[in-house]
Amino acid sequence: MELQTSNFKHLQAAHCENGVTTALLGHYGVHKLTEPLAFGIGSGLFYIQLPFMKVNGGPAISFRTMPGLIFKRTCKSLGIPVTRKKYSSRQKAMADLDERLAAGRPTACQVGVFYLTYFPKEYRFHFNAHNLIVVDKQDDNYVISDPIMEGLVTMNSYELERVRFAKGAFAPRGQLYYPGDNLTEATDEQLRRAIITGIKRNCRDMLHIPGSFGGVSGIAYTGRQIKKWKTKLGDEKARSYLAQLVRMQEEIGTGGGGFRFIYGAFLQQAHPYLKNDELFDISKQFTATGDKWRDAAIQASGIYKGRLNTQADYDNMGDRLIEISALEKQAFQQLKALIGKVK
Amino acid sequence: MKKEEIPQDNGALGKIAKELTYVVDENGNYSTGQSTGWEVKTEALNVAWQDVEAKIEAAKQKVLSGAASPILYFMEKKIMDLNILASYTGYWKWTIKKHLTPTGFQKLPENKLKKYAALFEVSVEELKNPFKQSE
Repeated sequence: MELQTSNFKHLQAAHCENGVTTALLGHYGVHKLTEPLAFGIGSGLFYIQLPFMKVNGGPAISFRTMPGLIFKRTCKSLGIPVTRKKYSSRQKAMADLDERLAAGRPTACQVGVFYLTYFPKEYRFHFNAHNLIVVDKQDDNYVISDPIMEGLVTMNSYELERVRFAKGAFAPRGQLYYPGDNLTEATDEQLRRAIITGIKRNCRDMLHIPGSFGGVSGIAYTGRQIKKWKTKLGDEKARSYLAQLVRMQEEIGTGGGGFRFIYGAFLQQAHPYLKNDELFDISKQFTATGDKWRDAAIQASGIYKGRLNTQADYDNMGDRLIEISALEKQAFQQLKALIGKVK
Repeated sequence: MKKEEIPQDNGALGKIAKELTYVVDENGNYSTGQSTGWEVKTEALNVAWQDVEAKIEAAKQKVLSGAASPILYFMEKKIMDLNILASYTGYWKWTIKKHLTPTGFQKLPENKLKKYAALFEVSVEELKNPFKQSE
């Protein structure tokens, strides 16, 4: 697709907010950032099961930090000014975007996926924390760089306005955000400091979050819950719950199993800045836990496909999460000790 | 996950875009690869849709038996709940609860019917008689 107002380079990413952060900062002048670096600096890895909340009638589990934080934290630690706007007026929200596009300034939007026309129907639930970059406008069509897609896509003004003003939890309210213009390239020292801050914050979130349902202890909490699901909820509902866990773990926008792999990649990419070989060992530990999350998903699928159905199968599933919890705790403790030594 | 282990099953997203994943080589070094989908994930998504279908069918039966208004059926069809419906229409949840009953629905003025119909992407006629064609 020929772009008229900017020479934006589309970037496909494993997770939308990482992708938007990396591509947007790259466009405005910070090229050293990669998706894993943005994820690690933004302390994106997380786990929480909110005990009294339900999503689509199933458990409310999140594998990510709050939407918006990865971009915010990455920019903050690199000293990049950020503008973020929400709107009550749809006209103003579209006019502000148009003005930026006319000036050749790609801009990120938070949108709901339910009405995203280029998404397959199967993925369209009312999930409002998706991120994309609007890069150009041609007549009534907006050219969009969605990090989940392989290439650029388009939506007309009606369609874009509709997803920008989707309703429900995390309603985007026309939200758009962007960094300052013509950024200066990050220095190695800046990145080093940003990486250290990101790792420290991630260790804190995973190891020391109060309560028993967040961070590494939250994973074991879910594991213990799962063992009770069959008797407490009955077969059908327990199957739905497990399917929801896997969806939260594997689906676009949330993708928890894959997050362990991105974090592993982050630790490797942090090596040139921190110069500590232990990072490779810890990276391997995260690769191992990512693999275990995927194995657990296979076990869960055995249950929700109806192939496995005994209490022992649920116990097995719960034990897998309890094991993952212990392994991630160990990895984060080692990471915390390492980062304490780095000056 | 190793590059050669990337699942290449049929997935809904795989039809339009391959997904990017981070993978390791035999030495544990990271690079990226693409996946067309993973059966385990596709099945999880299927379960979610079966739940949606079951809710729609239950709502349909309620409407047919006169226990609920067609709004319940369309709400389930658009995978909405009271909260989402309230924020899209601007009505209070208790107001919508009234509209969900057959008597409350009958009292709805034309402009409110139009509002619901537009949200559900149907005509007012369809909103009033959702199952006409299928019967």
